[in-house]
Amino acid sequence: MLDPNKIKSRFPIFSDSENTDLVFLDNASTTQKPDVVVEKLNDFYSRYNANVHRGIYRIGELATMEYESVRKKIAGFINAKSEKNIVFTKGTTESINLVAYSWARKNLSPGDEILVTEMEHHSNLVPWQLAAQQTGATLRYIPITEAGELDLSDLEKYLNSKTKLVAIVHQSNILGTINPVKKIIDLAHNVGAKVLIDGAQYITHASLNVDELDCDFYAFSGHKMMGPTGVGVLYAKQVLLEEMDPFLSGGDMILSVSMEKSTWNDIPYKFEAGTPNIAQVIGLGAAIQFIEDTGIDKIDEFITSLTKTAITKLQSVRGLRIYGHGPSSDSTSVISFNLADIHPHDVAQFLDMDNIAVRAGHHCTQPVMLKYNISSTVRASLYIYNTPQDIERLVGSLQKTINFMS
Amino acid sequence: MDELRELYQQLILDHNKSPRNFHVMDEPCESTEGYNPLCGDKLTLYVKIEDDVVADISFVGSGCAISKASASIMTEEIKGKPVDEAKVIFENFRDMITTGKVNKEELGKLEVLSGVYKFPSRVKCAILSWHTLKNILDNESGSVASTE
Repeated sequence: MLDPNKIKSRFPIFSDSENTDLVFLDNASTTQKPDVVVEKLNDFYSRYNANVHRGIYRIGELATMEYESVRKKIAGFINAKSEKNIVFTKGTTESINLVAYSWARKNLSPGDEILVTEMEHHSNLVPWQLAAQQTGATLRYIPITEAGELDLSDLEKYLNSKTKLVAIVHQSNILGTINPVKKIIDLAHNVGAKVLIDGAQYITHASLNVDELDCDFYAFSGHKMMGPTGVGVLYAKQVLLEEMDPFLSGGDMILSVSMEKSTWNDIPYKFEAGTPNIAQVIGLGAAIQFIEDTGIDKIDEFITSLTKTAITKLQSVRGLRIYGHGPSSDSTSVISFNLADIHPHDVAQFLDMDNIAVRAGHHCTQPVMLKYNISSTVRASLYIYNTPQDIERLVGSLQKTINFMS
Repeated sequence: MDELRELYQQLILDHNKSPRNFHVMDEPCESTEGYNPLCGDKLTLYVKIEDDVVADISFVGSGCAISKASASIMTEEIKGKPVDEAKVIFENFRDMITTGKVNKEELGKLEVLSGVYKFPSRVKCAILSWHTLKNILDNESGSVASTE
């Protein structure tokens, strides 16, 4: 089992004199950065800062080599067939928008259906609402159950010959539920639909094999897995990337430009217009190395065990209700709850006084809020530097809150 | 804990638990909605204006203790005030909430919310009902007031 205290010592933020007692439980929003990521960014800017794919000089070539080596590393990390399947974006949201613009608008027609779920983050919902409006396609929703899981009992009703795209979240950012995506992908392919998976939460702690999953698109962010902000990834099957039109256009994504028209660069460069987030991509490479050195299976095992501990302890707090995480559910790392009738913002304020960072709000998942007939929740989300002491502090502070407010 | 006690004073906790003027108002009156898209807090404010005086005022909705208490105390303080005076109180309240500057004569009981300015993320909670009121006073009822 991982030693979270040992891991925590690798994260400079926790040694800052104002943060020595910081309990950071907002990891579903963004994660802290280990020393190797901070050092890698510093190293790039102090030793070989240069643009990529352009300079015929030593540091330009070094920057290009480092940047492209991360593409290869990511392909290996998610078991993609080739680094050509890896497009760098600025995050999950841009990855999904890329598909919504470059694939959906070209391939959807009136009468077609896009299937999403009630569990989606707005980033995997709003792009499809817009794509549906513009193409005349219809958006349909797989409902969720009271237990916070997808209700797949009527899946055949939702998946039919009109379904052209299924866009689902791998792990919910509010309930922590992990969805049976492999089953849905196979059923979707049976009716000829393409499948996009929003992997922003899942990939941070669990091993991913896109080749085995056979998904058509997989989107994720770097900053939720200890990388810098401003970098994300779209994985897509090669044949799809080749037939898709560019998303953003400009420099570096072209082969030739005449006064009248241009021809596109090869994939994946066709989708990376302009100067990319070079330092951030290189920093993400260091984050993935840190995950690989720690061991993704060990990370998953540790977080799952800490989540169980947290749920048991939280359940002992008077008036606390946890959403999802039923006894038979496949769920981990993210715990949403409410404390009696105290508003989540008030709870978060009390926790902040004890230097405990949680998120309060609707978490960009308003359909889930509607399902439970609530306006918001408190969300504690765990990562590898959280300790059993962090959970004790959270529970203690919640108990103090309820005593103060009642 | 001291800062928290300053923020969550007894009067605020009391108004949160038992908000005053917390009901739908029968017609005829002006009503408008306030919405904080960041947290999903919503309220509907009802105002009856007679002869340029706020003759009656009430609200319904959901929100945190700060937002609910602020709306509740606002209805108490504004009820019976001429519209022009209510607008001045709005300005004074906004000053207090954003800078901590208290104009005691004008603000009365509202002073209890003066600690909010130390918590920038909560200013929007305290001011939501006031923006909603301002919309009505400026004859913009029917539109949704937003903190964004």
